[in-house]
Amino acid sequence: MKVHEYQAKEILRRYGVTTPKGHVTDSPEEARQIAKDLGGKAVVKAQIHAGGRGKGGGVKLAKTPDEAFEAAQKIIGMQLVTHQTGPEGRKVKKVLVEEAANIAQELYLGITLDRAIGKPVLMASKFGGMEIEEVAHRDPSAILKEPFDAIAGLAPFQARKVAYALGLTGETHKKAVPFLLALAKAYVETDCSLAEINPLMITAEGDVVALDAKMNFDDNALFRHLDIKEFRDLDEEDPLEVEASKFNLNYIKLDGNVGCMVNGAGLAMSTMDIIQYAGGSPANFLDVGGGANEEQVKNAMRIILSDPHVKGVLINIFGGIMRCDVIASGVVKAVKEIGCTIPVVVRLEGTNVEEGKQILRDSGLAVIPADGMKDAAEKIIAAVKKGEN
Amino acid sequence: MASWLSTDTKVVVQGLTGREGKYHGLAGRDYGTQVVAGVTPGKGGTAVEGIPVFDTVHEAVAKTGANASLLFVPPPAAADGIMEAADAGVALIIAITEGIPVNDMIRAKAFLAERPGVRLVGPNCPGVIRPSAKVKLGIMPARIHRPGKVGIVSRSGTLTYEAVGQTTALGLGQSTCVGIGGDPVNGTNFIDCLTMFKDDPETEAIIMIGEIGGSAEEEAAEWIAANLKKPVASFIAGRTAPPGRRMGHAGAIISGGKGTATEKVAALRAAGVLVADSPALIGETLMQAIKG
Repeated sequence: MKVHEYQAKEILRRYGVTTPKGHVTDSPEEARQIAKDLGGKAVVKAQIHAGGRGKGGGVKLAKTPDEAFEAAQKIIGMQLVTHQTGPEGRKVKKVLVEEAANIAQELYLGITLDRAIGKPVLMASKFGGMEIEEVAHRDPSAILKEPFDAIAGLAPFQARKVAYALGLTGETHKKAVPFLLALAKAYVETDCSLAEINPLMITAEGDVVALDAKMNFDDNALFRHLDIKEFRDLDEEDPLEVEASKFNLNYIKLDGNVGCMVNGAGLAMSTMDIIQYAGGSPANFLDVGGGANEEQVKNAMRIILSDPHVKGVLINIFGGIMRCDVIASGVVKAVKEIGCTIPVVVRLEGTNVEEGKQILRDSGLAVIPADGMKDAAEKIIAAVKKGEN
Repeated sequence: MASWLSTDTKVVVQGLTGREGKYHGLAGRDYGTQVVAGVTPGKGGTAVEGIPVFDTVHEAVAKTGANASLLFVPPPAAADGIMEAADAGVALIIAITEGIPVNDMIRAKAFLAERPGVRLVGPNCPGVIRPSAKVKLGIMPARIHRPGKVGIVSRSGTLTYEAVGQTTALGLGQSTCVGIGGDPVNGTNFIDCLTMFKDDPETEAIIMIGEIGGSAEEEAAEWIAANLKKPVASFIAGRTAPPGRRMGHAGAIISGGKGTATEKVAALRAAGVLVADSPALIGETLMQAIKG
């Protein structure tokens, strides 16, 4: 799960990470007041989940409270387009108004899981303010990596080492060490999958401050962080994905026109692959999971069909826990209730396959049966192309 | 070392009284597996279709001699269940549970690191099956399997079934099939399975099914090039997956340009592995690898 910058900063402050002074608001009037309280000069930052907000016009420097008002008025309600939002952009609901600091240096800090060793790794670089992937691409040696024990936490000697490697000395070094320890503690204790401070600001006065903050959380651990779960912003997610999550369906919207319903993530990915090999383009990834019931299958079908781009549906099931008869009944019910005028190809294999096929035959629906994945993909592509002509 | 499963494998099902634990525990017994005990805290003294249920794994091991565990404990308590089984001296733990927090798995792995005799498979996996011994610890449909010579290892459950179905149709059958699971932090990895297949006399050829995310396939490719003489065929799922989106499995994500299918396929091909372009061709590709 992702959260907004202002929420990430709120969480980090609880652990002792220094952030700029400021407040979030959805009103330009209030933005003016916040700027006034901060001494007049302020930065107004759009709060959306995507990065690249500055380039898209979502971050503005205001020299006076009136300028903060104007900036907030412009940004709130705007459809902000960045390289991460797609061409339609994201509607801005809130802005974070923060004190404008005197930046001496911009660094990078990030913590994520290093899967190869099964430990969190603290990454640090002198090149802050730009995308870390770019830095890594240009010069991998510019990123320092310090893996640490998730149970014991980041050790002070590790924090000292990283701070020195960033070129920090004297009082600034002394401030950076507790900053790093606090960030690592927040990462572990809130079950983060990513905690990123980019840029980490060193002020002209030598202070160490999180100018920006990004935190992603392990969805599987949210049950023990109900306060963080509250931060979920459904407006930032695709409406069909939100709808699917209500039924515990794993659905990801894509750009193509062949809707897919599959059991198992690996098979679902492969189904997307094989659709492309056959000359088509998948409209979604959808894993109905291992133990889906008729109701979930019905809703999965409804969600696939509610995407207006979908011109055909491929159902690919290799039943293990998932029984083919359950899938078949769910599909039949969905098609009968919703009505479905586009071609549907069904490939069933595994547990209760004969019962499943029988249910489809008895339904009187015009579903196209297929043998094997390749046959299924070719049949749905042919049917979709036929429909286009 | 041969397959991790044998006719001496005695299974305790952690979570036998739950819906899935009961269904798959009994299905394993029907297949021929010795399912000797169940564990559900608070339900000790009861039984499920004649299988005694205990409050703790320690008690189940002491009373029944169980040496393997099949774990269906719900996610918040699953890592604890893994540690309990390890502490009770269970040598093989198959964790089926999906959705265990990463930090819990890191803790459980640290706990297992101090117990070198214990093997964890999973979590979030379909389990392990050895058709020749009629031992099944997992949720895979037994009827698609046939005793035979192909060792199969996979990160994905249903794709494993796909490979099983194809090798059965080709008359090759399977020696041992291992689903290692789709989580970023897991117990047994590809190399552990390949090492077992290398020394397993029943295994004559190998199918390895990977997917996007992480670098386990690349590491396995390196190991294969240096250590393995048996023919290997592979398939990598997610060639058309967009970066930055988690494709169902917590581990299946392309991030920072790393973990793409292209990189994995290239690494495997460089190691002499035949990689199927389509999931429908896994069996045929293996046939080619066997012919050399």
